[in-house]
Amino acid sequence: MYRSHVLVCGGTGCTSSGSQQIIDSLEKEIKAAGLENEIEVVKTGCFGLCALGPIMIVYPEGTFYSMVQEKDIPEIVSEHLVKGRIVSRLVYDETVTENGIKSLQDTAFYSKQNRVALRNCGVISPENIEEYIGTGGYEALGKVLTKMTPEEVIQTILDSGLRGRGGGGFPTGMKWKLARNIVPNADQKYVCCNADEGDPGAFMDRSVLEGDPHVVLEAMAIAGYAIGANQGYIYVRAEYPIAVKRLEIAINQAREYGMLGKNIFGTGFDFDIGLRLGAGAFVCGEETALMTSIEGNRGEPRPRPPFPAEKGLFGKPTILNNVETYANIPRIILNGAEWFASMGTEKSKGTKVFALGGKIKNTGLVEIPMGTTLRTVIEEIGGGIPNGKKFKAAQTGGPSGGCIPAEHYDIPIDYDNLISIGSMMGSGGLIVMDEDNCMVDIAKFFLAFTVDESCGKCTPCRIGTKRLYEMLDKITKGQGTLEDLDKIEELCYYIKNNSLCGLGQTAPNPVLSTLRYFRDEYIAHVVDKTCPAGVCKDLLKYSIDPDKCRGCTLCARKCPASAISGTVKQPHVIDQDKCVKCGACMETCKFGAISKN
Amino acid sequence: MKSLEELKAIKDKMKSTIDLRHEDPSATKVIVSMGTCGIASGAREVLNAFAEVVAEKGITRNVMVSQSGCIGLCENEPVAEVITPGKDKVTYGKLTPEKAREIVEKHLIGGTVVDEYKI
Repeated sequence: MYRSHVLVCGGTGCTSSGSQQIIDSLEKEIKAAGLENEIEVVKTGCFGLCALGPIMIVYPEGTFYSMVQEKDIPEIVSEHLVKGRIVSRLVYDETVTENGIKSLQDTAFYSKQNRVALRNCGVISPENIEEYIGTGGYEALGKVLTKMTPEEVIQTILDSGLRGRGGGGFPTGMKWKLARNIVPNADQKYVCCNADEGDPGAFMDRSVLEGDPHVVLEAMAIAGYAIGANQGYIYVRAEYPIAVKRLEIAINQAREYGMLGKNIFGTGFDFDIGLRLGAGAFVCGEETALMTSIEGNRGEPRPRPPFPAEKGLFGKPTILNNVETYANIPRIILNGAEWFASMGTEKSKGTKVFALGGKIKNTGLVEIPMGTTLRTVIEEIGGGIPNGKKFKAAQTGGPSGGCIPAEHYDIPIDYDNLISIGSMMGSGGLIVMDEDNCMVDIAKFFLAFTVDESCGKCTPCRIGTKRLYEMLDKITKGQGTLEDLDKIEELCYYIKNNSLCGLGQTAPNPVLSTLRYFRDEYIAHVVDKTCPAGVCKDLLKYSIDPDKCRGCTLCARKCPASAISGTVKQPHVIDQDKCVKCGACMETCKFGAISKN
Repeated sequence: MKSLEELKAIKDKMKSTIDLRHEDPSATKVIVSMGTCGIASGAREVLNAFAEVVAEKGITRNVMVSQSGCIGLCENEPVAEVITPGKDKVTYGKLTPEKAREIVEKHLIGGTVVDEYKI
């Protein structure tokens, strides 16, 4: 019996900033104070506020400490844990009010969130099945096996309106129904989990796996019962070592407790799950390529139809859902379809997890009801854009998505709205850009990613994306022509219409959406040969204003290319042929004499 | 483990653990003073007794057992305050683990202030 729990984030973000050392030090200090039987240290999954890591919460008070360092631990133990005096200098400043400390749930970051898929992340130890059971875990599995028919399970998921959280937004219940019925008397079926999250900047699924792995196992077993499968596979990328380790622990514990294996709950239902590690190819997040990879072959997509529901893994009827989709299932079973459908918009029910990144104060993980506006997510939950800069665009959907400009800042986020403005939900990466981001450069960045990740099986994607990249590169170097812009658009549509799989079909989206909303920036690069955001190096020119320059020589000494010359107390000049455009001089100048344009 | 009953048994066993991490603004707070004076007169035993009895009675979700520094009533240590939202604060003094149990049973569960320990 512990009177107090100290929860320390063991997600990837906080681990990389030293949370494991904090845990070790905490345990040592607690023992030294003789409190080891009174206070429990729990390593949890992600709390979401990654920008402030490493994060620690002390219960029962709910004191939220942020950016904790190992050296702070003796003070926290001797002051807070022994004497009950909160170490106020380490408390998250948003929770500090005139009247003391307010609950984390009342802060701007958390109050607008509604945590369904992330409900246990940062609350329980992911390595202890009993904590998961303590929150109602495996009750939903018990309920479907003892009180519901497979058809009723499928109907519940259909009624809930849950759509795939991996990007496409296909109704999950429909997928299950097809897999149950399309091949009568199939001798074998499979349930797969797509944990091959690959969008740059996206870490939603990673956080669920790290923070609450059992929810995925439970949901897969429920899916197995619903479609008539007794074997599942989780395809997770090997670059997620913490997620892989916790999944392994979770699978072993679930088998030990009889939640996986033969005759679950004595109902005669068998279900087991195997882990398959991917080598990190983006294309393996595409459903057919993923299954090809599980089969032991090179991860390349195959033409559809036949769809996986009919002929999937090893040629058998298969369903493939993403991690976040599964994380919603047990709650829907326990709370009912109406509860889930009461959240969100008409066609997009429930909540969605987003990984906030880029030019935003609260970098981290948030879960919001569908239909929340982009403005609320960025300004209120995300804390706005740092350094007083102006919002320019948000990128959703990663390399498959597009940019949402300021004119759509108030659009309610759901599947259909995002599609209608040329972006997509994607798996939930949300990268915020301010006035210092060049949109041509952003498009080039995402395209470089797809060029690298194209598997090469079909020509439109393999060669098309490469040619597209070359044209963009030309533009960022100031060598583009207006004709190139038309060619780019034409090639984009060609790639979209003719590629074999989703990777190629969506690869041109970042280019198309930036062309649609930020054509003036492209024109500036092509016609005026300038980069308005000051990013594209070949179009930049640094110059010294002779009226402002005092001849202090600081810039000349700082310049790595020795491109600045001049005598002391006389205005200096930059040799444009030697300048490498690193910007070091501009940062050094104390008189604001150096400008770029 | 195979049966639903066993699953429920684990859930019940874990209830106080999970409830401890639940923040409820309407919860009653029991705050034990843990200044040097309090600790020297046995406040830690009292604090642990409160936490244990609250868990034993299954009311962790509604009662938060916490601690504070010295509140200036050193001659009455160990001291604990019971704060129920919407009601007057009750301060108990010269506590022991046994008295803590009585306060949980009579005051927190029964709703009757234990006048003899009140200061």
